[in-house]
Amino acid sequence: MTTETFAGPQDFFQAQLRWHWIEIAFWLAMLLPFVLTPNYLVLASQIAITALFVLSLDLILGFSGIVSLGHAAYFGVGSYTVGLVSKWGWGEPLTGLLLGGIAAGLFGYLTSFIIARFRHLALIMITLGIGLLLVEAANSASWLTGGFDGLQGIHTWRIFNTFRFDLYGYTAYGYSLAVLFVVFLVARRLIHSPFGLALRGIRENGQRMPAIGAATGQHIRTIYTIAAIIAGIAGATLAETTETVSLESLGFQRSADVLVMLILGGTGRLYGGLLGAIVYMVARDQFSGLNPQYWYFWIGLLLIAVVVLLPNGILGGLTLLARRLKVAS
Amino acid sequence: MRKILCGLAGAALVVFGAAAANAQGTVKIGVIISYSGQFADTGAQMDNGIKLYMKQHGDTVAGKKIELVRKDNGGIAPDVAKRLAQEAIVRDGADILAGFELTPNALAVGDVSAEAKKFMVVMNAATSVITTKSPYIARTSTTTPQLNYTLGVWAAKNGIKKVYSMVSDYGPGIDAETWFQKGFKDGGGQIVGSVRFPVANPDFSAFIQAAKDANPDAIYIWIPGGAQPAAVGKAIAERGIDRSKTKILGQDALTFESALQGMGDLGLGIITVSNYDFNHDSPLNHDFVKAYNDEFHRNPDIFSIGGYDGMHLIYESLKKTGGKTDGDSLIAAAKGMSWESPRGPMSIDPETRDVVQTVYIRRVEKTPNGLRNVEFDKVLNVKDPAKAMKN
Amino acid sequence: MPPVFGVLFDGVAYGMLLFLMSVGLSVTLGMMNFVNLAHCSFAMLGGYVTITLMNAMGWPFLATLPIAFIAAAAASVVLERVFFRRFYNASELDQCLLTIGIVFVSIATAAYIYGTDQQPLQLPTYLHGSFNYRLFLIVVAVVITVALVLGLEATRFGAQVRAAVNNQRMARGLGINVDGLFAITFALGSGLAGLGGALAIAMLGLDPSFAFTYLIYVLIVVSVGGLGSIAGSFAAAMLLGVSDMAGKYYVPAFGSFLIYLVMLLLLIWRPTGIFGRR
Repeated sequence: MTTETFAGPQDFFQAQLRWHWIEIAFWLAMLLPFVLTPNYLVLASQIAITALFVLSLDLILGFSGIVSLGHAAYFGVGSYTVGLVSKWGWGEPLTGLLLGGIAAGLFGYLTSFIIARFRHLALIMITLGIGLLLVEAANSASWLTGGFDGLQGIHTWRIFNTFRFDLYGYTAYGYSLAVLFVVFLVARRLIHSPFGLALRGIRENGQRMPAIGAATGQHIRTIYTIAAIIAGIAGATLAETTETVSLESLGFQRSADVLVMLILGGTGRLYGGLLGAIVYMVARDQFSGLNPQYWYFWIGLLLIAVVVLLPNGILGGLTLLARRLKVAS
Repeated sequence: MRKILCGLAGAALVVFGAAAANAQGTVKIGVIISYSGQFADTGAQMDNGIKLYMKQHGDTVAGKKIELVRKDNGGIAPDVAKRLAQEAIVRDGADILAGFELTPNALAVGDVSAEAKKFMVVMNAATSVITTKSPYIARTSTTTPQLNYTLGVWAAKNGIKKVYSMVSDYGPGIDAETWFQKGFKDGGGQIVGSVRFPVANPDFSAFIQAAKDANPDAIYIWIPGGAQPAAVGKAIAERGIDRSKTKILGQDALTFESALQGMGDLGLGIITVSNYDFNHDSPLNHDFVKAYNDEFHRNPDIFSIGGYDGMHLIYESLKKTGGKTDGDSLIAAAKGMSWESPRGPMSIDPETRDVVQTVYIRRVEKTPNGLRNVEFDKVLNVKDPAKAMKN
Repeated sequence: MPPVFGVLFDGVAYGMLLFLMSVGLSVTLGMMNFVNLAHCSFAMLGGYVTITLMNAMGWPFLATLPIAFIAAAAASVVLERVFFRRFYNASELDQCLLTIGIVFVSIATAAYIYGTDQQPLQLPTYLHGSFNYRLFLIVVAVVITVALVLGLEATRFGAQVRAAVNNQRMARGLGINVDGLFAITFALGSGLAGLGGALAIAMLGLDPSFAFTYLIYVLIVVSVGGLGSIAGSFAAAMLLGVSDMAGKYYVPAFGSFLIYLVMLLLLIWRPTGIFGRR
């Protein structure tokens, strides 16, 4: 951590918002799959969507300390909203994202009233319970959601009436990456703001915050709603690019996976989540290709290795490494 | 004259040259199955069926080498299934898509098959509408209506007047319930009660008790494979259901081999409907089961035969097209194809591209080899009633 | 006998099973705050030990139960020495990730060794019948509960455990070897999970995904009952077992709903669990 001095809080935020060259390199590298690995674009598109989903979890877990085992609920609400709207005749992708985000945000806002009141294990189990209830509800309402078979009849229109979602995934990846980048910019701006600092305060010591005049409950509800909106947008993007939605979009497996990816990458650093998503999904794809039956084993080993060797996730480990190299040089 | 001869020679060269070039070609089959997760066992059996067929018939068909590209779907994940299918085609150059034990996955890949115009063989997923998703899909397993409607009609014709129906509350279960009840009512029977239980339900005592209280001639149960059949068997016996008064009807998963092992003698007398059992008495099946035992040290099941016959369809279609792998040629070759399988006679309906086969009614009996599903009645040439009734 | 007794009986038996599988996690989580999501892997291990002894070596069912307990306890001691010990002070999220990694490895290993299909189990004839087996479950669980409660209330070891759960720092300050205590408690809890897993085969089945499937139910019991409380785990397990059974019998359309709804309502009413510390 550099020890700069700042003229005031505005300058502090300005400094935080400056683009580090590594960040620019990262985003440029995200364009590489188009040229280097054009056969992997569909996978890349799903990684981008998952990265967006992990980002939304980071906002509540990494920055605000809310551990959720049911975050896929908002992802799924976004997916099903877009799916249903498309099935009923409106398949325009960009407005679909908006609708998915709004629906998920609404649900997030309503549940945030419950969430904000709890901490620790009770909070985790409540988020889990809400997620599981939603899956059961979706299964029961199979007349609406298609139940086990999934939603059929989704057809996404061309983007700006020009770009068709093709078999190779060029449009899918371009679209997903663009959505990820735009939302990331918003999240980044949000984190490096007084609101973002307040969230970190809540994470560190939730009981102390009201003593300095921060409206804890309201902050938590706000960030939870924002995270739900983003998760909904991610879900909507998945529904649009794959034209499929099923119960597992809402399910426990998805919630657990996103949590694992976030911890793997490193919480509370924005890029940690993105890195975690990339590493986990690429590893899973490669392991599963090499050993379709027992890839679980290797993923388990990877997780154990990361915890043992890299205490703050992959990004934490990399940061430590960078610091050591800087000190050494 | 010389021009014509030159033209003919040139044409011949092109044709033979092309044929020669193709002769060195490989045909890649993208096999998309759940190798891990909750459905890993069905995936393993299907893969075994595929492997056995290739072992017995070699890996060269119509001068081309057959290569499998295996992809793990990991359970119910249609977005993953779609991606794997796209990757199989784009990345690995697959000409044919095969596998699919789960309906949501099959439906998602149907879109890919239609867009890329690739021949797709569904080796297990049993929902009727799957074959309508793409004109290049053929199925070698069965459909839920095909089995359950037949059972319903059979039950009504064989002295069962009142039935209490219980199914798992999700797509396939509800499908089965709809078609069994339709068949039973069409045959003149009466449904005295029905219930749908939660999917991951571990204990059936309460539900079986409710069924017993309704006093039916038979109880119809539909559950997926796994831990549940044995639990059902136990609940049935433990609630004191008198088998001589009340019959138990179900689909094959109820009396799978592992279920019978778990139920023991509690399973005696259960009547089930299926398209295949390893106990089927035909020379072709005995050879098949023996080869399967030798290779994999376990018995084949419906997933194995779906995989085995699916490969047969692929091989025979390729032979018919002379090695051409485009979707139109292959599906044209597959339509109407009929053959004798270890399960019995079967064919691919030229109109619906779905499987037409013999449906067997079996009863669990004690044989010298232990508890087995013994076929005692059958219905030949059953088409998928869902599509047949639409016409 | 009206069906309500049947439902209660089934519910209590199911609850007993959940209790055996959960009590270990409740105590270790309460004592050391160590999030061990691999807890159900020990249950699974116990189940597979029983299967192996019975099917491959022909042991009688009852004889395999103590071995299932010991095997799971031994495995937990090894894991605790090698891995968990180093992570007591790590963040909860790291503990989560570590133990999830262990769950993945255990599932893959089970699938590799035993295959992915359901493991059949033939109970001895005197345990045949739902009434007999459930009665057996209830008796075993009650005996163990009494032993645990007596152990906790009437022995010095138990007093030390209670002290460590209530206030770890103070207990250390009084010279209690909390780490050693935890190792023993952890082994005991995992052993009980192993026993629970072995007993569960006849009721719930056994396949490699067991470690994940029942984790949710165990977490529900632990959170509703309150961390570090045996009485809490017992009460929660009973409540959940009975409401699950009752829900399925009386309102089958809402069968699965009920257990999650009950959990949510209970947690909203009592966030630290029924018998949890405030």
